[in-house]
Amino acid sequence: MNKLKIILSGIVKNNPTFVLVLGMCPTLGTTTSAENGMGMGLATMAVLILSNLVISLVKNIIPDKVRIPAFIVIIASFVTIIQMLMQAFVPALYASLGVFIPLIVVNCIILGRAEAFASKNNAFDSMLDGIGIGLGFTLSLTVIGAVREVLGSGAIFGYSFGIADYMPLIFVLAPGAFLVLGYLMVLFNKLAKK
Amino acid sequence: MTAVLFGITLVASAGVGVVNMITAEPIAAAKEAATVAALNEVLPAFDETTNAELTIDELPITVYTATKEGVVSGYAVQTMTKQGFGGTIRMMVGFTPDGEVVNVNVLEQSETPGLGTKMTDEGNPLITSFKGKNPADMKLAVKKDGGDVDALTAATISSRAYVDAMNRAWTAYKNVSAGIAPADAATGATALTEATAESANDEPEAQKGDRNE
Repeated sequence: MNKLKIILSGIVKNNPTFVLVLGMCPTLGTTTSAENGMGMGLATMAVLILSNLVISLVKNIIPDKVRIPAFIVIIASFVTIIQMLMQAFVPALYASLGVFIPLIVVNCIILGRAEAFASKNNAFDSMLDGIGIGLGFTLSLTVIGAVREVLGSGAIFGYSFGIADYMPLIFVLAPGAFLVLGYLMVLFNKLAKK
Repeated sequence: MTAVLFGITLVASAGVGVVNMITAEPIAAAKEAATVAALNEVLPAFDETTNAELTIDELPITVYTATKEGVVSGYAVQTMTKQGFGGTIRMMVGFTPDGEVVNVNVLEQSETPGLGTKMTDEGNPLITSFKGKNPADMKLAVKKDGGDVDALTAATISSRAYVDAMNRAWTAYKNVSAGIAPADAATGATALTEATAESANDEPEAQKGDRNE
């Protein structure tokens, strides 16, 4: 039950996008469609699980003073490895997500969770935290992406309703990202409080 | 403290190095497959290609000459522009031996989603303006600028960039199909600077280097 709580807290109580408000750069930048948002969320989740796991394993040998550079080296290595593996074995996915992958290194959710959770808890719990926060991030980005795609280009997951010309284009542009994020944040926090 | 940090970076770089060793070959193969797929999409049937590399306006352009049973069946030009709304746009443009545009395939772009990205859709105004037409018979500019090309709605900058890349492809096609040294070639709307052409015949298969990024 306790383990399940760790995962659930990442999705609701500590939702990285709507509650912690971390990782806003990829959130605003990549959610122009539901598919892009989901891809970014899943790639971040993969890095988050791996980096949380490794950081919690090595936390005792890293001196406090150099923990941030050490964490960043570990995170950047995982991002590079995932990028190369995707490029080699799933080139189609890489072609659509390629530009977002290096962005994961600077995603403060990953460093934030390394600091706040993985460096204080055991390996298994840290992995669960990675799964929970990753799912929370993926769900939030998918929802933001879906809302923007429907409102801005009249489509969902690339499936067009054929009404693209009548939709307010602003939602796929940068201002739309802020608008959608703001309203969804209000809605989420209202629902989560109940 | 220093030793620990050194140890971590050592392990991390070794890990990245090993993965690089494993993935280098599949990555190269995937890029090659992407080039071949792009060529297939824009060219009529062919069994062999040779390539020539030119520099037009200081941008590298590759022209693939496709032959079928020894007869030239078409030219594919990998062209690019830096005028896009989001920077570089790379495209593969296929020409018949007569200069008619067979098809255009956008390889890489970072235009605004929902606006400029429509240049990758099938049957968009830009591609229909070119497909099956000979650029010699048209004015290579968007209608707003007095040309013959239909622009994408609300994406004039992206459309102009697309036409710019087409222009460069057309110049490159003319140079290679005429078989003259690019430096002497009559230039269209684009000025030709510092042109370099390599012998097109010394490599039987097209993939010389990774021009596909």
